[in-house]
Amino acid sequence: MSDPAISLDRARSSELGIVARFFKATELDTRLLGMIGALVIIWLAFQFLSGGQFLTPRNLWNLSVQTSSVAVMATGMVLIIVTRNIDLSVGSILGFVGMIMGVTQAEFLPRLIGFEHPATWIIALGVGVITGALIGGFQGFIIAFLGVPAFIVTLGGLLVWRGAAWWVTSGRTVAPMDSTFRLMGGGPEGSIGAFWSWVVGVVACVAIVGMIVNSRRQRKRFNFPRRPIWAEAFMAAVGCVLVLGAVAIANTYYWPIGIVRKYAEANNITIPDGGLFISHGIAIPVLIAVAAGLIMTFLSTRTRFGRYVFAMGGNPEAADLAGINTRWVTMKIFIIMGILCAIAGAISTARLNAATNAQGTLDELLTIAAAVIGGTSLAGGVGTIAGAMIGAVLMQSLSSGMVLLGLDTPLQNIVVGLVLVVAVWLDTIYRRRTA
Amino acid sequence: MTNTQTPLIDMEDISIAFGGIRAVDGASIDLFPGEVVALLGHNGAGKSTLIKILSGAYKRDNGTIKVNGEEAAINNPRDAKAYGIETIYQTLALADNVDTAANLYLGRELMTPWGTLDDVAMEHSAREVMGRLNPRFQRFKDPVKALSGGQRQSVAIARAILFNARILIMDEPTAALGPQETAQVGELIKQLKSEGIGIFLISHDIHDVFHLADRVAVMKNGQVVGTAKVGDVNEDEVLGMIILGKCPPGAIPGPGAVN
Repeated sequence: MSDPAISLDRARSSELGIVARFFKATELDTRLLGMIGALVIIWLAFQFLSGGQFLTPRNLWNLSVQTSSVAVMATGMVLIIVTRNIDLSVGSILGFVGMIMGVTQAEFLPRLIGFEHPATWIIALGVGVITGALIGGFQGFIIAFLGVPAFIVTLGGLLVWRGAAWWVTSGRTVAPMDSTFRLMGGGPEGSIGAFWSWVVGVVACVAIVGMIVNSRRQRKRFNFPRRPIWAEAFMAAVGCVLVLGAVAIANTYYWPIGIVRKYAEANNITIPDGGLFISHGIAIPVLIAVAAGLIMTFLSTRTRFGRYVFAMGGNPEAADLAGINTRWVTMKIFIIMGILCAIAGAISTARLNAATNAQGTLDELLTIAAAVIGGTSLAGGVGTIAGAMIGAVLMQSLSSGMVLLGLDTPLQNIVVGLVLVVAVWLDTIYRRRTA
Repeated sequence: MTNTQTPLIDMEDISIAFGGIRAVDGASIDLFPGEVVALLGHNGAGKSTLIKILSGAYKRDNGTIKVNGEEAAINNPRDAKAYGIETIYQTLALADNVDTAANLYLGRELMTPWGTLDDVAMEHSAREVMGRLNPRFQRFKDPVKALSGGQRQSVAIARAILFNARILIMDEPTAALGPQETAQVGELIKQLKSEGIGIFLISHDIHDVFHLADRVAVMKNGQVVGTAKVGDVNEDEVLGMIILGKCPPGAIPGPGAVN
């Protein structure tokens, strides 16, 4: 019965034009492509307006680090919005958990196990992740089992956890952070250098090719229609070029001269004529964000949990009638969100080298905006992790580009606000056309 | 059909109330293997509610449900499915945003040895079962919201028969269908019946179901007016049961019958 299926699919595709045939063969998500197109236009515009300062390795590298924290949270926000919920408390949870991690490593652990103990960072991070999971679970329990709307519960959470962040130290800023913990924030130390960046790049390329081959083999197992070979090769090539290109850019951003000098002195290296160039490579927070994105994509597309999340978003009643424990799934989503807030909190406290009670203020709005610009529908049931992460990059590109152009902060907010509304409007038109 | 057999389903004295309104009031109904029982009544007569108790969507206040003569604990849809009770809801209860295979296996996904979704295997059996129901169906990659009413109906039916149901509940199964598709559903019901599956057919329109059913059970105001073998009553008499609650001589009167 699969043979007629193949011939029918072929017959259909031969009716299409060449562009449509290309999209059908590659099964590319046109909406995601549109977003990448918008991102490219924004980048080129800033490049032009700033006289070539935007698309430099340095600026792109910084952009990637600045995006990480919100990108991590956006991956969880997708699942929350997909199930027709919302989380307004993520910025406050980030602040509170950041404070907890700061106090743990700067005040508790030095007294218990000594200053700069090698296990400090992991204990602090562990405490943060558990705190985040408990907060998320608590809010999720109220939403799922007590039936209070997520908007209200997390609006309350926004105030409660911000207040709690202040309460931890009565508003005092906690610093400095443990030096290993600080690696999670990026900077010359918190990057993996040229060699390991290439290793990551090559591993990623192998994984891309492996995934394409595997999915092809899976479809072959049951004799399903498959993408043409050229389309598969094209997808693999594009994936690999993007990954290796990103690595190359990260590797052409070199350490600032002052840090190189210090490093050379400390390691007894004489700086050769023409200078010593040490590559940053990929920043650790970026790796964390990419890992979070991959894990969340896996969860949402390859596991039962992810399937239930989307089914619940599409039709909550049907999910219930299918025997899905929708309340427990909802609670799990909020637990995951709490954990992601903790990870984002670790990134931003490490980057700042301090925990402050104002950390993450307004991040909830950036996170929601990233998810929505990334194609997550507030009506539920639709959204991708990759889209939300690109949405986060887009938001950060706008604000860092405007900083580069020297625009005033009020004007920046106006532009970001307008972009959000226009993006969702365009998305509405797109969906109406394709539906 | 001999009534000495153990009934597949025996619901006794079922009651449920929503905020003081007795939606189902002491209703008893049974179903034998290979039998089609049409459950008839006006809108709001309580037939959908009674059947949702059987499928686990509602929790009854009173009464017992026996499956194969043994008392069954049905508290949620999962319990009902464990007893082989499958339901095609009037609203179809499909998750609109996911594709056909995902809907067929919703809540019972096939997994790979690594604990991930085996989408390819699910699509494979989806193609098989849909090929049987609706051979021209090809849109396996589209979310079900993009499908036509008839196609969506076939997805809902396919989901119910995919898991070797022993008891099938069809709530207004042909409401959204054209004449040709309605005939197809009729054929399907005959085929399932010959496999020994018991079927509850719910409808407010007697003409839809009279020729398919072995027995009819009529409800009015949450109570059973009466049950009758199709050969013992005619359509007008059944209409009288539905509208007036009057039990004809060929039927066995229930608590809701008017004297």
